[in-house]
Amino acid sequence: MDTSPAVRGRGITKSFGDVVALNGIDLDVGSGQVHGLVGPNGAGKTTLLGLLLGLAVADSGSLEILGTTVGRTLAVPEGVAGFVDGPGLYPSLTARQNLTALASLRRYDAGGTGNVDDALEQVGLTDVADDRVRGFSLGMRQRLGLAAALLTKPRLLVLDEPSNGLDPAGKHHVHRVITELAAGGTAVVLSSHRMDDLAALCSEVTILATGRIVFSGPLSKLAAESGELDYRLVTSDPATAHRLASETPDLRVVPGRDSGQGPGADVVVRGPVPALDELVVRLVQAGVALRELGPVVPPLEAAFLALTGTGTVLAQTDQEDQR
Amino acid sequence: MTATITEPRAGARPAPVMHGYRFELVKLLSQWRIRLLLLACWIAPAAFVAAVSLQTSLPADTVFGRWMNATGWAGSLVVLDFSCTWALPLLTSLVAGDVFAIEDRLGTWRHLMVAVRSPRRIFVAKTLASLTVILLLVAGLTASGIAGGLAAVGNHPLIGMDGHSLAPADAAGTVLLAWACALAPTLTFAAVGLLGSVLLGRSPMGLLLPALLAFVLQLAQLLPLPVAVQLALPSHAFLAWRGLFTSPAQTGPILIGLAVSLVWAILATVLAYRLFLRRDFTNLAYDGSGRRILVAAVLPLVAVVALSVGVIAGATPATGSGIEQSKLQNSLATAFAHLYRLQTQELNRPDVTEAQLQATASCDKGDSRVLDEGPGNDWRCVVSWHLPGTTAVGNAIYQLDVTADGRYVADGDGPKEVNGYFQVRTPIGDAPNPLWQFDGNVDLLASTSKE
Repeated sequence: MDTSPAVRGRGITKSFGDVVALNGIDLDVGSGQVHGLVGPNGAGKTTLLGLLLGLAVADSGSLEILGTTVGRTLAVPEGVAGFVDGPGLYPSLTARQNLTALASLRRYDAGGTGNVDDALEQVGLTDVADDRVRGFSLGMRQRLGLAAALLTKPRLLVLDEPSNGLDPAGKHHVHRVITELAAGGTAVVLSSHRMDDLAALCSEVTILATGRIVFSGPLSKLAAESGELDYRLVTSDPATAHRLASETPDLRVVPGRDSGQGPGADVVVRGPVPALDELVVRLVQAGVALRELGPVVPPLEAAFLALTGTGTVLAQTDQEDQR
Repeated sequence: MTATITEPRAGARPAPVMHGYRFELVKLLSQWRIRLLLLACWIAPAAFVAAVSLQTSLPADTVFGRWMNATGWAGSLVVLDFSCTWALPLLTSLVAGDVFAIEDRLGTWRHLMVAVRSPRRIFVAKTLASLTVILLLVAGLTASGIAGGLAAVGNHPLIGMDGHSLAPADAAGTVLLAWACALAPTLTFAAVGLLGSVLLGRSPMGLLLPALLAFVLQLAQLLPLPVAVQLALPSHAFLAWRGLFTSPAQTGPILIGLAVSLVWAILATVLAYRLFLRRDFTNLAYDGSGRRILVAAVLPLVAVVALSVGVIAGATPATGSGIEQSKLQNSLATAFAHLYRLQTQELNRPDVTEAQLQATASCDKGDSRVLDEGPGNDWRCVVSWHLPGTTAVGNAIYQLDVTADGRYVADGDGPKEVNGYFQVRTPIGDAPNPLWQFDGNVDLLASTSKE
């Protein structure tokens, strides 16, 4: 696989009036790589995606896309496609008309209607190709937006929340298309709030918070950033489990948390994995059946919350709710 | 911060203008609202003209309305007069006033920018597409009105605004020319629509701007404004086409009206273009800004009105309201003489010429304390003419309602045999009396009067 950089950004800064949307961002996305962009609302994701699509230019720093330095608005090279803030579709036109118009504008209509049909088939919208987009669900619009991007045979695909509103089948379609594109050498930059999407698709992620990068690297490295996680234990004897957890070194019982199965039905503990292993041994030795053991918050999500600082806020809110 | 969109120097090529134009046209024509408008413009005038022309009660308050059952060409002019008042500003509102704003409502600006990669080309494509649709609508109004009139009444001579008769071929040419004249102010309102659409984004005020402007201008036209101000209004050409139907044609107000309209159209388009290129397309909630609207749009247009008034006042002999006693007398006498000949033909009497009639008029406004000039419904005129073959002089009285735009309605007040009754008894039965009530048009720019 070609690993030459599709995107290379250094020290990218972008402000809107007094608001600094991006502050010294470095970004590297290799060809054939699916790169996730995550961050809380207002972190600067959309601004960064807009820069990649050429909708705006950075105030300072350098941005190289597909080997071309981008210094002016709408000056990104051929081969960049995608959407931010949802796909731009015209509801009074049919799915086919939307794509045909785009193909004509971008001069990809040389192949006749074949390209359009191929794109529609790839996202599973062949059956509704001649229906007006007005009647499409959010998920269908997302898929049509992806088809519009595919039409231009992109080498860099920029997608903003591509799984928004998708049912499981639609999500499967979209994931498959993105994976195939990446396998074919297309670099994909996608933003998402759904960690399961990132885990399923991305090899690397960049986490933004208030315009700055708080993490950038492989997913495996991100999981390690999560620190100590909360784990939920569902056992045959919650009282004994609670006592044993309290007695296990390096492990703390988190008070006031339950799974919704009723007070005292489970135990939530916090600590490193070895301490958790020790607790399992003690439970077995005490004859307590372990029915369920897993993190309360998935590791990637926990890492995200920890890195962006939103975890603290959520925990505090949680505690206030408990009171 | 505002991200100014500029033309790319490197990177992907922008989409060709023709491709963008086709796309914009497809988008416009796919809207049910536009389709409905097109259908209405191509069908409704024909149905209206055909239905009204066959009635005994005609829309006499509209110019040429009283001639609708006499010739098929009058119906199209009634449609034109109505269109100039309401239809054309509203049509431009719905097409040009929405062509940019619709992208704001749909949230498709970013998509379009990425697809076309040139705001300049987007502007050109949208402008041309909306212009095309507006022309299709106007063509529909024109063709439909003419077709309805000719089908219902037939291809007969048309009586002009000064009572002279236009042969069918001349009537056809002049009617088409009148519609062509109305295109210039239509372009003005279309350009103002573009400006509103660019300026106000998603705000419905953008859509309403041409209609709002039309309403304000119509109010202004009702006022007894100085003639230089009236001619400087961009909607004056919507009225000035009536001057085509006099002999000789009142070309001065028409040419000035066309020039003013085109200046407005160009200026508003340029303003819209500049604003569009400076727009921040990253702001999805764009609704325009008050100060920007004032500085970038309202002030330049107010300035062009002031400039136009100055130029017209300096370059033409026009003074006051343009409606003077002598001009009105001359216009009334001319119209009376033409229509007298028509009445003579109806009554199967020996033909007379206008020169033999030597018609003159004496008009007085209000009582002796009122100055004999300006618009009003208190003009009272006595028309005198020489009866052919005799030394006797005939007199007929008219009450005139003169509006600020120079149009007047002359209402015959007797004697009954000449102009006091709406019908005349002809050898083949009763017929409408052409001298009873008729429309006339004073040339607001004429400097000298012929008694």
